[in-house]
Amino acid sequence: MKKKKSIEVTTQTVGRNRRNFLKVSGLAIAGSGLLLASCSDDDDNGNMLGGTFDLGTGDVGVLNYAYALEQLEAAFYTNVVNGSFYASASADEKAILLDLYNHEVNHREFFKAAIGANVPMEQQLTADLEFDFSSVDFSDRDSVLGTARVLEDTGVSAYNGAGQYIQTAAYLTLAGKIVSVEARHAAAIRTIINGSADYTAFAGDDIIDDNGLDLAASPADVISAAGGFFVTPFTYKNPQA
Amino acid sequence: MNLIKFLDEFTTDKLQEPMTSRRAMFGQLGSLTKKAAIAAVPFGLATMSNKAMAQSGSSVVDVLNLALTLEYLEDEFYAMALDSGVLSSNAKAEAIYMQISKHESQHVDFLTAAIEGAGATPVAKPSFDFTVGGAFDPFNENGAGQATAYAQLLALAQAFEDTGVRAYKGQAANLMGSPGVLTAALQIHSVEARHASEVRRLRGLEGWITGSQRGAGMPEATQAVYDGATTEANIMQGGLDVTSLGSGSPFTVDASTQAYDEILTGDEAVAIASLFIVS
Repeated sequence: MKKKKSIEVTTQTVGRNRRNFLKVSGLAIAGSGLLLASCSDDDDNGNMLGGTFDLGTGDVGVLNYAYALEQLEAAFYTNVVNGSFYASASADEKAILLDLYNHEVNHREFFKAAIGANVPMEQQLTADLEFDFSSVDFSDRDSVLGTARVLEDTGVSAYNGAGQYIQTAAYLTLAGKIVSVEARHAAAIRTIINGSADYTAFAGDDIIDDNGLDLAASPADVISAAGGFFVTPFTYKNPQA
Repeated sequence: MNLIKFLDEFTTDKLQEPMTSRRAMFGQLGSLTKKAAIAAVPFGLATMSNKAMAQSGSSVVDVLNLALTLEYLEDEFYAMALDSGVLSSNAKAEAIYMQISKHESQHVDFLTAAIEGAGATPVAKPSFDFTVGGAFDPFNENGAGQATAYAQLLALAQAFEDTGVRAYKGQAANLMGSPGVLTAALQIHSVEARHASEVRRLRGLEGWITGSQRGAGMPEATQAVYDGATTEANIMQGGLDVTSLGSGSPFTVDASTQAYDEILTGDEAVAIASLFIVS
């Protein structure tokens, strides 16, 4: 049975407040994208903060964080390859967008499996995050490519900003293997958008600073930038272990 | 942020702890980036373990000196490429190389300052030979002609950028004790990946690496860039075969190898760079 509450949305809470918060008492509702669908229903969940799932700390937090972002990207590109802009895009652009779809889906399933194998069940982020892409027009080239750029640049900034919270060397290496691919994606999308108007856009002055360094954003800033797409609420209050 | 001004901050009373060693500045490099949205690493943060400071200070410097060596190589290469005039026939290539060149020069300066700021000595700039003893003529100095030189300039750039990405990636774990340095290294690593993507696409390839393919037009000597103890054809991630995680186009071997870049060890990176170093 759902409980409707009016919750004050803080800047730290991701996700539109349209979903209802559920207590950990283990109410199971079939069919909807729940926060803790994969959990056993009799635990007092140490990650629940006032009913909202928190991503956790240290390695667990970063794995869940990466999984959340990959779910977002995968969901976006799934919409793209099913949309009408894609259907009529040039062969080159189609090939790139399909590759991005492939890579992000692969990343998403990797994190799902890695989390499933390495994170205690009650601390696992749900595989069923819900998204709201109503701000995107999937029939419009500018809207699709512009959103792709934001997601890829944000992905780079997120991995770069989260590396310091990883405590296991193998996970840091894995994050490294993925972030460089996100950066390759970002560069490609940026050149598609800018073309001959700006040949430097792949690594433009808008994002690369005077030391030649790329973006690195705190989880709070990433969530702020991407939060509008997330419907399922979650927090990431203490990345540091 | 002005680097000198930043380093001056270590002499003020603002610090929560006395800086007994200039090596302690290493942990603060997260503050150096003007556009970084990350919170500056608070001085005295518990994660700056004394153990990391004491025993891995030289190891962190080793990593930074390896990075500096690679950046010297790239910096010199791009500067010479732009000077050579070989790119003047192609406005797009020239604009791309100018942007990359700017970054590599900035990386040299940044890493030099970081190493000096830690009280260590930056490695000296090697002497480079990008002809590899006459095997190549990328600057059209020995009669190769504009077209051949142009192709070689682009092929070498791809090799250098893909090497840089893999080399930085291979060192990240060595920086775990120094969050500020680690973050800065990650921020350079992703810039190199942007460079690599764009150079590859300029050459008519995809921005990402499929299997361990060096790609059309790449000399056989550059295969080392895509090989190594872990080649770019690797499909095992965290003990999982990622081709088995689902069905359809995201899980083909091609897509699965494209989706992840692989490390080069320090030795492997040095071996590649050494091909172009004469002293």
